[in-house]
Amino acid sequence: MRERIDCDVAIVGGGIVGGSAALFLRQAGLSVTLLERDWCGAKASGVNFGGVRRQGRPLEQLPLSQRAHSIWGRLPELLGTDAEYIRSGHLKLARSEPDLASLIAYRERTQGFGLGLEIVTGEEFRRRWPALGDRAIGGSLCPEDGHANPRLVSPAFARAAAKLGAVVREQTPVDRVEKDGGRFVLLSGDALEVRARFLLNTAGAWSWRVAEAFGEPVPLESLHPNMAVTEPLPRFLDVNIGVEGGGVYGRQVPRGNMVVGGGRGFALDADRARPQRDAVLTLMRDAAELFPQLRHAHVIRCWTGVEGYTPDRNPIVGPSRTTPGLFHAFGFSGAGFQIGPGVGQTLAELVTTGGTPMPLEPFRIDRFTPTA
Amino acid sequence: MSEVLPPVIVGAGPAGIRAAERLVAAGLRPVVVDEAARWGGQIYRQPPDGGFTRPKTALYGFEAGKADAVHRAMAAIRDRVDYCPRTLVWNCEAGALDLLSEGASEALPFSHLILATGATDRVLPFPGWTLPGVFTLGGSQVALKFQGCAVGRRVAFLGTGPLLYLVAYQYLKAGVEVAGVFDTTPFTTQACATAGMLRDPATLAKGLLFVGWLRAHGVPIHNGVRPVRGEGAERVDALVWRDARGQERRTACDAIAFGLGLRSETQLADLAGCRFRFDEADRAWLPERDGAGRSSVPGVYLAGDGSGISGADAAELAGERAALAMLEDLGRPVEAARVKELDGRLARIAAFRRSLSAAFPFPVDWADAIADDTMICRCEGITAGAVREVARSGQAREMNRAKALTRAGMGRCQGRMCSATTAELLSRALGTGPDGVGRLRAQPPIKPLPVSAGAERREVA
Repeated sequence: MRERIDCDVAIVGGGIVGGSAALFLRQAGLSVTLLERDWCGAKASGVNFGGVRRQGRPLEQLPLSQRAHSIWGRLPELLGTDAEYIRSGHLKLARSEPDLASLIAYRERTQGFGLGLEIVTGEEFRRRWPALGDRAIGGSLCPEDGHANPRLVSPAFARAAAKLGAVVREQTPVDRVEKDGGRFVLLSGDALEVRARFLLNTAGAWSWRVAEAFGEPVPLESLHPNMAVTEPLPRFLDVNIGVEGGGVYGRQVPRGNMVVGGGRGFALDADRARPQRDAVLTLMRDAAELFPQLRHAHVIRCWTGVEGYTPDRNPIVGPSRTTPGLFHAFGFSGAGFQIGPGVGQTLAELVTTGGTPMPLEPFRIDRFTPTA
Repeated sequence: MSEVLPPVIVGAGPAGIRAAERLVAAGLRPVVVDEAARWGGQIYRQPPDGGFTRPKTALYGFEAGKADAVHRAMAAIRDRVDYCPRTLVWNCEAGALDLLSEGASEALPFSHLILATGATDRVLPFPGWTLPGVFTLGGSQVALKFQGCAVGRRVAFLGTGPLLYLVAYQYLKAGVEVAGVFDTTPFTTQACATAGMLRDPATLAKGLLFVGWLRAHGVPIHNGVRPVRGEGAERVDALVWRDARGQERRTACDAIAFGLGLRSETQLADLAGCRFRFDEADRAWLPERDGAGRSSVPGVYLAGDGSGISGADAAELAGERAALAMLEDLGRPVEAARVKELDGRLARIAAFRRSLSAAFPFPVDWADAIADDTMICRCEGITAGAVREVARSGQAREMNRAKALTRAGMGRCQGRMCSATTAELLSRALGTGPDGVGRLRAQPPIKPLPVSAGAERREVA
């Protein structure tokens, strides 16, 4: 017999965006059903690098990112766990004068957004981070950025929502979704039918399917950031490290393991991906160059995930242009972890109040569609 | 990919060597990749070159003849194979293996691959199992065979499986005091299963001989035992155990060797894309193979304990059989009579193997008795309680999720030591069978990879 659930809001996708939206909607008193095909927070939200970083984002993302920042500050209160979140600072390194100049220019452009960026060079730079090799000539520190354990944070949002009364169904793929009069109807096989006034499309790399069902095709591409972790090492690094111009990034967790990322894995199929040998070896070489402490360490595990990328690398966030009551949030292009809870809260706000002070114009779903 | 690529064999134990021998006989030149410095595998492991001159009868006992034959087989084809010792296969991706040797990584493309990756000890923890002086049975045997030393002066042997009595016997022969053999299997179970083992009287006789020899030398043998704890401050100094009647007892020792049979090394088959199935006898997910050793992936063959525990004799036969399957698939002539003979002998061993698992059943209640504060994943320091908690709270219903939430299996060994325990704890807490919680997905590197290998890449032509 098919189970039927009627609720205010149906959410497709239990990653950090869908999970946090469910939490904030429950806090506002709406009835919520969250459907997750896998386990909540097991895809890109749970297997990403774990950087909780505002620095380096395009300016248009910073209001949402700031909103997320204040949510991250309340994690224990919201989730009952700190999920290894540390405001360690995020240090973006410059390996050349032009790179340093672009870090300085970024600091100028982001004045007023509250990032508190600090450019550190020369003697001062060596004194503060003696462990960093001599590849970097300086860097830009965002003192309140940091890192967290994505395996713990992302499932915790859905769990907190469930604790507040959200219906969370894992291992529940949505096979069909449509709007029937004023109600969205979602079917999972013959087992479950969910009817809801609002629908949130937060299904990560698979969100294009829901968007397409409502006549909104998007050019979403699946890519697979390549990551590796070493055995535990003596602590040598407190900040989360990025590099201007990209290439490699790294953070050392309190246990001592060094997590590094760079390059891309490859798809096994639409749902699964693996690290790629050349990317792994290149990452190890580049990481050892940046962090000399790694030269005698071992990598114990490599992994990747499946993440949706848009052509302009900005996410799609906001109301559907075809279907009232439908809101999209996906395509974070490898940078959704920090901003996720801010987006979740904004989705909840859109549902409950019909609007948001957040500037969402740059994230319109129809921005890739050529207008006649 | 060109079809002139040489066949590749991973593992130079009994299965890998017999596979290589058969391919060489057919005029092919296989590449044999092995992690050890010398061929022979775990069971017929050879001592390091130079200085160690103990005779094979001392090293391998009753198996000296077989060990010698396997060693000689490889020596005889040595110049007709490309042998890569001290080489770790750390990944398999898109028709190529990634090898690590002498600190450098190189990709080895293949069109036909035989995986003879062997097995490691299967263990369940007990309080005190991380104390210095506590070893696995296989580890204790390697110490004796390879390093020529014992793990202690007075050793207690605990667990179940043929290795339990064999290693105790080998230690006794080497002059070590055996504090006792503590078998988890009740005496009646073993006695009943003996009937089935009559299929292979020689092996049965050998087993009885070990027991007889141990008894004759005054070694106490206890059946139906459960460990209570290993005791000791700096190092283990006693095994506290419960006898078949539930009485707690204490045996002084300075080392414990324990194990509950073996578990297959399947990561490479997983990375190669092989389909897996749950095997009741091994209580493990194993790569599927047909009677000839073909996996679900064309061109990838499986032989020996790496795809199901069957022992060294079966490994030799299965290695040769897999090579014949490969030759058949390459369109080369194979001797039908030989194929038939191998199939028959493998079938007989399989039947014997079933009685053997009945004679040494996995002590399921041991898993239930593991206290919540006992460490189960020693790489990451994770307790049994942490795993049970994610199961009971509904957060984890399968292995990979439990790993993500607790870290069990995330460390240096990538779950080789702890995943059998995690599977038992999870499935017992959830009330599923042991097949109900899935298996850890393999991830490269299969074993820890030096970061420096990133700068030491060899290109192959």
